[in-house]
Amino acid sequence: MAELGNIIVCLKVVPKPEEVRLDPETKTVDRSRATNEINPPDKNALEEALRIKDKYGGRVVVVSMGPPFWEPYLKLAVAMGADDAVLVSDRALAGSDTLPTTLALAKAIQKIGNYSMILCGEESSDGSTGQVPPGIAEWLGIPHVTFVSKIVEVKDNKAVIQRTIKGGHEVLEVEIPFVAAIELGANTPRFPDFRRKRWAEREFKPKVWNIADLGLKPEEVGFSGSATSVVDLQEVKPPERMKKILTGSPEEVAEELAKAILEEL
Amino acid sequence: MGRESIWVWIEQDSGEVEPSSLEVLSKAREVADKHNYEVSALLMGENVEKLVPVLGRYGAHRVVLVEHPAFKHYTYHPYYVTVSRLVEEKNPNTLLFSATRNGRDLAGRLAVRFRTCLMAHIISIDYDKEGRLVGGVPGFGGNIVAVVSCTKGRPQMATVAPGVFEAVERGGGEPVVEKYSPPAEVEKSPVRIVKRKIGEVVDLSRSEKVVIAGMGTGGNIELAKKLCEVIGADLGATRPLADIGVVPRDLQIGTTGVSLKSKLAIVLGASGAPHFVSGLLDVKKVISINKDPEAPMKEYSDYYAIGDLFEIVPLLIKKLEEKKR
Repeated sequence: MAELGNIIVCLKVVPKPEEVRLDPETKTVDRSRATNEINPPDKNALEEALRIKDKYGGRVVVVSMGPPFWEPYLKLAVAMGADDAVLVSDRALAGSDTLPTTLALAKAIQKIGNYSMILCGEESSDGSTGQVPPGIAEWLGIPHVTFVSKIVEVKDNKAVIQRTIKGGHEVLEVEIPFVAAIELGANTPRFPDFRRKRWAEREFKPKVWNIADLGLKPEEVGFSGSATSVVDLQEVKPPERMKKILTGSPEEVAEELAKAILEEL
Repeated sequence: MGRESIWVWIEQDSGEVEPSSLEVLSKAREVADKHNYEVSALLMGENVEKLVPVLGRYGAHRVVLVEHPAFKHYTYHPYYVTVSRLVEEKNPNTLLFSATRNGRDLAGRLAVRFRTCLMAHIISIDYDKEGRLVGGVPGFGGNIVAVVSCTKGRPQMATVAPGVFEAVERGGGEPVVEKYSPPAEVEKSPVRIVKRKIGEVVDLSRSEKVVIAGMGTGGNIELAKKLCEVIGADLGATRPLADIGVVPRDLQIGTTGVSLKSKLAIVLGASGAPHFVSGLLDVKKVISINKDPEAPMKEYSDYYAIGDLFEIVPLLIKKLEEKKR
């Protein structure tokens, strides 16, 4: 088997969902007080990529589209074992929905070149669309597989992939190169090696590309390149619950619970 | 020119319809009637013509039927090349999918192919005065709903959250059937199914009573199962338990899993993460047992029992057995 080329991992930085608030005055999403993190399934995609590299060779390259403050998260990915990282960053990209987002990522992936596979997280915890991986595959004209729980094997010009389906799973054979969307929890992401982490933080600089570097015009991305527009934002109010607290001995608590349950049987 | 048309992709496996496709179909008919549009069910499968009357009952004016063995089980390629061809020929106004794994898989690719809009997982659907598709898109673990409209592209596309709309028999009479043969590329798929393993499928969105195991069970779901048996409930779980493989994904409750509509949910040892509790919004009564007196779950419970579930649940099971007698 010929050695694998680049194993590209798409990575997004997201605010922790429980810390995001809606500003009722401005109707905007307030992320300012939320802690950021690497989108959890993207870490699983990175781990899957590193495992493939350990087994079959190749080079793991992380690609991300976001503001400059994401750089430390790319360094963290490099500390975990990625060989290189690219940040696509341009003010013109602000407001991009999936159409320009997938376009910019696909252009960056083409610029990185020599790719054997592109691994993404199944969806982002903020947008939860899951539309990015198949979208990238369409721009690149290569196959895609979503809800992947495991890349079982790579052989010749094919990969054997396990995909979750309703009520179980299926095993697929897909031609290389391909895009795979890895499920959250598909594996246990490794901790960064301490020395590599120190090196990444101090010495490593991710490549930063703007849209001109990708051959894109401002009108192709951002709000003007998007096909959807947010008209309004609404906070979802959970239904009022009774919030009746049951305390006491396990015996007493169980008695109260039994009553509450029997009312519904 | 005929009326504008809404197409609904009907998901099926071996000729069995995915129930949430019928939810989308019936909702599409409601919206179509309001705006004087027409509804077409896009049915691809192997020996699936028998499904035509069902689709008529749930709201299809027309059924666009394409039969080929490549459609027996879903892989994206044969569906993608066929839908692409049909959309180019017929130019529908709108193309809707149920936001199942396969619906999302196919829609995400087609939207880029058509350079058009795609709203994800919508929980409301309508058109504005300009005829733009408008949907409610939940984000940030379900805390916030963005009202989104399609500003560009055709067909206007959306995936519809399963379990939000009811499948209602709104149609009348036999639908018009238009048969097409698939393009030759359906046989040149770059993806091939090697094997499939399917267990019993439980659809929790239709369950009356559900017992949900959280991480507080430590992954030991025996007690939860026993409680299910005693009260005739189905077993569900929080995301971490599905992640570690204790239960299959189909039992996962919350934003990326199932939204419950049950009368009763008993939550054992779950802290109450936003993506989880959003799956409980439509539950009539929520009962929780938790060690932590101040877990967020308290806010989302009608009854919040504080204590060790491994002590309380066995006693609870005993009492329920006695009282039922």
